[in-house]
Amino acid sequence: MTAFAPPAGPRASSDPASRGRSGAVGWLAVPALVAFVAFGVVPLIGVLALSFTTWDSIGAIRPTGFDSWRAVLTDPGLPHALWVTFEVMALSWLVQTPISLLIGVFLAGRHRYRELLAVLYFIPLLLSAAAIAITYKALLDPNFGLGAGLGVPLLVQDWLGRPGLAMGVIVFVVSWQWIPFHSLIYQSGARQIPRAMYEAAELDGAGRVRQFLSITLPQLKYTIITSSTLMVVGSLTFFDLIFVLTEGGPGDATRVLALDMYKRGFQANLMGPASGIAVILVLVGLALALLLRRLGGRDQSASQLEGM
Amino acid sequence: MERTTISRRTFLNLAVGAGAGAALAACGSSGPTGSTGGGGGAGSTSYWFLTGAPGEAIRQGSVDRFNQANPDTQIKATTFQNDAYKTKIKTAIGAGQAPTIIWGWGGGGLKSYVDAGQVDDLTGWFGENAAVRDRLFPSSFGAATIDGKIYAMPAETVQPIVLFYDKRAFDKIKAEPPQSWDDIMALVPKFNAANIAPFSLGGQSRWTNMMWLEFLFDRIGGAEVFQAVFDGEKDAWSNPKSIEALTRMQDLIKADGFVKGFSSITADSNADQALLYTGRAAMMLHGTWTYGGMKADGGDFVSGGNLGWMNFPPVEGGTGDPSDTVGNPGQYLSISSKATAEQKETAKKFFTEAVLSDAEVQAWIDAGSVPIVKGSESKLAGTADAEFLNFVYETSANAKVFAQSWDQALSPTAAEKLLDNIAQLFQLSITPQQYAANMNGVIGQ
Repeated sequence: MTAFAPPAGPRASSDPASRGRSGAVGWLAVPALVAFVAFGVVPLIGVLALSFTTWDSIGAIRPTGFDSWRAVLTDPGLPHALWVTFEVMALSWLVQTPISLLIGVFLAGRHRYRELLAVLYFIPLLLSAAAIAITYKALLDPNFGLGAGLGVPLLVQDWLGRPGLAMGVIVFVVSWQWIPFHSLIYQSGARQIPRAMYEAAELDGAGRVRQFLSITLPQLKYTIITSSTLMVVGSLTFFDLIFVLTEGGPGDATRVLALDMYKRGFQANLMGPASGIAVILVLVGLALALLLRRLGGRDQSASQLEGM
Repeated sequence: MERTTISRRTFLNLAVGAGAGAALAACGSSGPTGSTGGGGGAGSTSYWFLTGAPGEAIRQGSVDRFNQANPDTQIKATTFQNDAYKTKIKTAIGAGQAPTIIWGWGGGGLKSYVDAGQVDDLTGWFGENAAVRDRLFPSSFGAATIDGKIYAMPAETVQPIVLFYDKRAFDKIKAEPPQSWDDIMALVPKFNAANIAPFSLGGQSRWTNMMWLEFLFDRIGGAEVFQAVFDGEKDAWSNPKSIEALTRMQDLIKADGFVKGFSSITADSNADQALLYTGRAAMMLHGTWTYGGMKADGGDFVSGGNLGWMNFPPVEGGTGDPSDTVGNPGQYLSISSKATAEQKETAKKFFTEAVLSDAEVQAWIDAGSVPIVKGSESKLAGTADAEFLNFVYETSANAKVFAQSWDQALSPTAAEKLLDNIAQLFQLSITPQQYAANMNGVIGQ
């Protein structure tokens, strides 16, 4: 869907030695390129073509010019779905980043108990989104769920029936599922930071907080960008979880773009407009990925260990 | 329609959903170009239907009996889970790879096959085989008929939507089951005062809410109000009767007529039924297919005689016939127009000899359903659920109008819009007038 981030092509280098090598190395990219073209580019072109047609997925495909696009772009549902998608993206980024950063840095310490915790933290990542959604749905049931079972009135809410609460639940479940993954990224990032930096800081009398802010955080800059890119672009494809949890409801309060696309295409039999939304999704995903790369500075290969 | 367990909806929708993006959409684009003969390979007649108890075993039983009796003309059955089937059959028909016999729900879905010229007109065949036609409920043919022509053989069982209630709850507040809409509105505060939700509702499923509107529209303005929508009349949703029904609907919601948190409850998990049999809700408007679930899961709720049932009561001042009902008037078998002549012959033979044969009728009754065959009431008497089955039979047979569920009757495009707007109406996020305006926009689609 939107995972077609531009393949990071090797920059043309003026170094004659590397140019000579890239001829042979280039062949190694062929299998990946073939797969990318067959499963990425070709379907994408197909979707683009379909967005200029009218098709109910049963009858004949009729080219109808910009009809589908007009239907999509004039539908008040589109700005709403875009806004909901953005909300999910922003909120889940805001919740996940600080928590996974802290957990990741904590787990980077080499202690036995931390390694045990790392394994435990990792468990949610092993579950499928559908299973997680079904479980949470059962737990949050206002009549037969966790709150009613334990007799805790605070937990007995119309969790999935109020727009604000439903959004909160989705962000919470998304975070619960993905924080372990991002913690892992931060853990490996933090482990790459040379110990010498901390030793030097300690000699200068810097405390733990100061060390975190002045060494860990700046050193993790590219890790943060990588993790954020995965979060932001990944949030465009949240479908399974939301589909099972709320089906876009209540009303259309949690209908993200991916869900809107599915409902139009496969439930309302409007393949043309659904393809239009798919194209929009791809464009939004590409734009976000490019933007985040820009934020990371122009030259990603620059050393992170300046001054060492 | 069969609407049950959680796994069906969730897991298989997901299987579909996972590919819902660019990839799948594009795969389909190569579909309609191929126009090879009906699926299933050379000669053999194929039949796709749904899994799940008890229907699967009964359908398979009919196929097996047919194959045994006709060694030369075999039918090859393939089964699918409900939601997977919905997508699979659409793709297969679009690709010209449909099975010979297409199992379906009739109505708007069938019309989309008809518009694409993918299913055979059976009007002539029914004319020649009046015996096949005349033994079935006449009301079952409505959803098989498009523009005056019959495109499907009605089959299986009738499933009206009825008002279930818990007799214990009525004993507790010393009240009688409602005889009118005003009674319903009067019961609401009484049940709430006794800490019992007046009505259970799995509101997240959306079509559950729709059942309420189907009855309110019918009781207030008669079947013609929705018929006008179905016929594509301009601004049909703005009919004053329609606005009155929508307003009364929101009145009941505002009066806390439904269980708290109903928007978080799904019918797929049967939590709405559980609310009724655990005594937390007093009444529930639902399809007769929930009877089996409540009997199986509700302990002695059904066997102890606590479950009551009735047709939806009339509304004061309404012009609709109180005998009218709504639901699934049957299930439907069509013949793919891409099948070969022999395959079509076999399919018709199957329709005549095996579909709703005496053995199949008995199997459906034993499973607690009412098959759409006239005179089957005589066979209901001896069964364990005779009282309920008789009620279902009477309701279906005596209905002046047996309307098909709206989401099945309308085209998939309009149905999706309908369910969307109904969900928002129940959230009170749109007014009846806004609902009517939104829905007028998709009339005729």
